[in-house]
Amino acid sequence: MSVNVRLPTIMRSAAGGMSEVAAEGSTVGEVVDDLVRQFPGTSTHLRAPDGGVHRFVNVYVNDEDVRYTGKLDTPVKGGDTVTILPAVAGGAS
Amino acid sequence: MAAYDSVLDLIGNTPLVDVSALSPNPNVRIMAKLEGQNPGGSVKDRAAKAMVEEAEKEGRLGPGVTVLESSSGNTGIALAMICKMRGYPFKVVLPENVSVERRQALEVWGAEIIPSPGSEGSNGAMRRAQALAEEHPDWFFPYQYGNPANPKAHYEGTGPEIWRDCPEVTHFIAGLGTAGTLMGVGRFLKERNPDVQLWAIEPPAGEMVDGLKNIDEGFVPPVFVDGDGYELLDTRMIVWPRESIEWTRRLTEVGVFAGISSGAIMAAAVRCAARIDEGVIVTIVCDGGWKYLSTGAWTDDIDVVTERAKRVIYF
Repeated sequence: MSVNVRLPTIMRSAAGGMSEVAAEGSTVGEVVDDLVRQFPGTSTHLRAPDGGVHRFVNVYVNDEDVRYTGKLDTPVKGGDTVTILPAVAGGAS
Repeated sequence: MAAYDSVLDLIGNTPLVDVSALSPNPNVRIMAKLEGQNPGGSVKDRAAKAMVEEAEKEGRLGPGVTVLESSSGNTGIALAMICKMRGYPFKVVLPENVSVERRQALEVWGAEIIPSPGSEGSNGAMRRAQALAEEHPDWFFPYQYGNPANPKAHYEGTGPEIWRDCPEVTHFIAGLGTAGTLMGVGRFLKERNPDVQLWAIEPPAGEMVDGLKNIDEGFVPPVFVDGDGYELLDTRMIVWPRESIEWTRRLTEVGVFAGISSGAIMAAAVRCAARIDEGVIVTIVCDGGWKYLSTGAWTDDIDVVTERAKRVIYF
């Protein structure tokens, strides 16, 4: 199934400058695998040495952080939006 | 009304008000805690007061000592107010892309503003403050992202107040910046009732930061890690600028004139209310709308304001 993946500024140069790309998969893990297959340069930003997602990367499915919904096993369906964002200091008002 | 010795005694004990008229589910009540009622104008008065008083107690802060912090506004304003009252010189590293009123409010309290590039966001301001603090070990650097007095202020203040005023709470929803509010209130409420669900709301801040050269420059606040945030929270969500502004506007229907981060939190509360069968959601209104009038959030065309908000730090 195809989902939309929104990429942060820091990863766009690894994806031909695009801010949004399509990727296939039925879980977040499969979508990440497909993204890295299509754009190998994204791997350095995304992957932790253990194969998981880098600790300073947050992944959201339809705006919800997957760390709280099943991590890489979180299911996705066609038309979902997966958003990848670097973890940075929040506004913290 | 009681009489008080000091404005600082007015910090905390903020009102909780029913805003269920905005709930999409008749079986879900939404209660908003109005932190803009604090004398410095935001929830950050609590952490600022706690960090200053803790440092004074430990002897790290005393007459003549300069205070330095990084802030996108509210913590800086709260610290500036307290430092002025106490006679401490105060410097704040502030990203250039905050609303003009935040800068003006800092000037009211005599803060010295050290600008940091807007493209680096709060991350950049924090790193610059850390570097300055290392160069000047005689200054006091509260470091709100890592200071235990920050969540403690909420564990001892905000949390008990919510429990006192609304023990039927089933969900607590707040913004995630330093994580102080969520870690402090969240831990307190879960100790009283482990079934209380905690939702953290954030703007897509990482999308705005283009000063990030490498993902290893990313940041997770020590307050979040030390507070076991990965375990403690139940849901974490981003709310995009357009929806944040829409709900900032909707809040005026129930008489709440709030800042844009409160609109984001309200948007999430509405999503939550639509998802659950029944319950009582407690949300935080972080500050009043005064400091955002220049953004046109209430008055200008929503598309124009949304584009503008993408370039302004409003959390």
